[in-house]
Amino acid sequence: MSARRLRRRMVSGLMTGLVAALSFTAVLALVLIVGHLIAKGASSLDGNFFTKNPVPAGESGGGVANAIVGTGIVVGLAGLLGLPVGIGTGLYLAEYGSGRLGWIVRFVADVLNGTPSIVVGIFAWTWLVKPMGHFSALAGSVALAVLMVPMIARTTEEMVRLVPHSLREAALALGYPRWRTSLRIVARTALAGIVTGCLVGVARVAGETAPLLFTALGNLNYSTHINHPMQTLSLQIYTYATGPFEDWHRLAWAAALVLMGLVLMLALAARWAIRQRHGAAR
Amino acid sequence: MTALPHEPMPTPADVATDPQGPTWQVLRGVNRGDRVYRTILTTVAMSLPLFLIILVTQLVVSAWSSIRRFGFHFLWTSVWDPVAEVFGAAPMVFGTIASSLLALLIAVPLALGVAIYLTEFAPKWLRQPVSFLVELLAAIPSVVYGLWGIFVLIPFLRSYVVPPLRAAFGWTPMFSGVFYGNSLLAGSVILAIMIVPYIAAVSREVLLAVPGTQREAALGMGATRWEAVWTAVVPYGRSGLVGAVILGLGRALGETMAVTMLIGNRHDISLSVLQPAYTMAAAIANECSEATTRLYLSALFEVGLLLFVITVLVNAAARLLIWRVARGTAVGSRAL
Repeated sequence: MSARRLRRRMVSGLMTGLVAALSFTAVLALVLIVGHLIAKGASSLDGNFFTKNPVPAGESGGGVANAIVGTGIVVGLAGLLGLPVGIGTGLYLAEYGSGRLGWIVRFVADVLNGTPSIVVGIFAWTWLVKPMGHFSALAGSVALAVLMVPMIARTTEEMVRLVPHSLREAALALGYPRWRTSLRIVARTALAGIVTGCLVGVARVAGETAPLLFTALGNLNYSTHINHPMQTLSLQIYTYATGPFEDWHRLAWAAALVLMGLVLMLALAARWAIRQRHGAAR
Repeated sequence: MTALPHEPMPTPADVATDPQGPTWQVLRGVNRGDRVYRTILTTVAMSLPLFLIILVTQLVVSAWSSIRRFGFHFLWTSVWDPVAEVFGAAPMVFGTIASSLLALLIAVPLALGVAIYLTEFAPKWLRQPVSFLVELLAAIPSVVYGLWGIFVLIPFLRSYVVPPLRAAFGWTPMFSGVFYGNSLLAGSVILAIMIVPYIAAVSREVLLAVPGTQREAALGMGATRWEAVWTAVVPYGRSGLVGAVILGLGRALGETMAVTMLIGNRHDISLSVLQPAYTMAAAIANECSEATTRLYLSALFEVGLLLFVITVLVNAAARLLIWRVARGTAVGSRAL
């Protein structure tokens, strides 16, 4: 009896150790990736990197100024297009989404959330690039906006639903119309949560590459025309990482470090925004 | 609120029987601002279903000439010859499924371990930071995973993983052939790392949704802590955990960039994990810009349509399972 008891306790201890080791492995993967990014990318982050454009293939030097600006434009424009639709849909789901129509919208948002981004990419290509006759940053932004909307809609809904009913009732009892209650009281209260959702949505698309392959395409020169092909950091990393030149690989690591830093900053900002509201308990 | 002082306050019965009355209108929100507000929100929200309809229609229309030409042969023939205009997607379908399943094989124990450790065993102060760090894995862009895979993971596999694997299992078809780097194995390992945070996050929420009484009952009957977890907590959340795994599968199936950069992109079916393979998403990414003929493009769109249909089915199944455990909570919709 006692031997059996010992064995059971040993199994318990062993399995506890195992799951702890597995958690450690997962964290180790993150540490390794970030570590390599810093080790291989940080040394290339000089003035040239941020201010110069790419030099012709095979020559050394140059930077990715065009890609940094391009990322800002493509992602910014995607935000302008996607955020209002995402937030609006989220408000609709929270305020009026109890019926069958709401169920449909919610279901469609979940379907779109799981849609591979490359599929959205070829869709944007057929609808924007082909009719216009040329690749453009705008088409890339539309593709990214499409990816952003369902996610922002679902988080906005979730956050608005957290607002206590009593607040809404108090406003209505004071004679506030529903639309002002919704915007000035409910959405206002849920603002931190909505901002978090938006930041996470933007962070998610900022690193996307697949939907930009046939839309923004990439550009070796500096361009701010949204009607022309535009370079982004993600596209630049793809080109440079799969290319044959040592100098390209160096720039790819540095660009990846910058892109990763950008995405992490957005993710941390999102985390911080939600803490302001809900305290450290989350 | 608009009732005049000399009128009696409307009772609920009045309100219900007098749909034209002012109080009724306030309650139903039928003032002009409300109507406009509701119309705007509804229009915006309807853009999602509308978009989905357009997306599906577009994919079907673009893929139609390929669907008509090849029918179901498209799925199980492996010739992919743009010059002769004969297209069969079997190697891509195989590669997509094989890489995703292999990734699950690696990711599931890891992710379940993380979830179980964080909900059941880890000290309180460690839970938040560790779950945050694991979730950060989901924030790393796919193309960065690809870069890391090319320059770190593949050399690592080549020197430390493949030689012992070949020494032990080299005689089986699964580990035969020369390892050049870009391979099914490399693609699957990177996919595994990428889907761990999704599976872990959802599994964790599923386990958190298991009532504490389950644990207490098992411990009260003399179970060890592990026995309580394994016999009382995990079985209770089983369908939710399966849902979490399937959600990870959905992510893996549609993943494009990292896999494209690592899997070798060879249009061929090989049982060996050390050989290059191809996935549906990678084919679209690689070939769409060089598709010169209508039929070639149409074949690629059919691949896209297939990929879309598969991921929708997989995700729907996952959500159904998760809802059964964590009804009413938005488990799984939160990606970070």
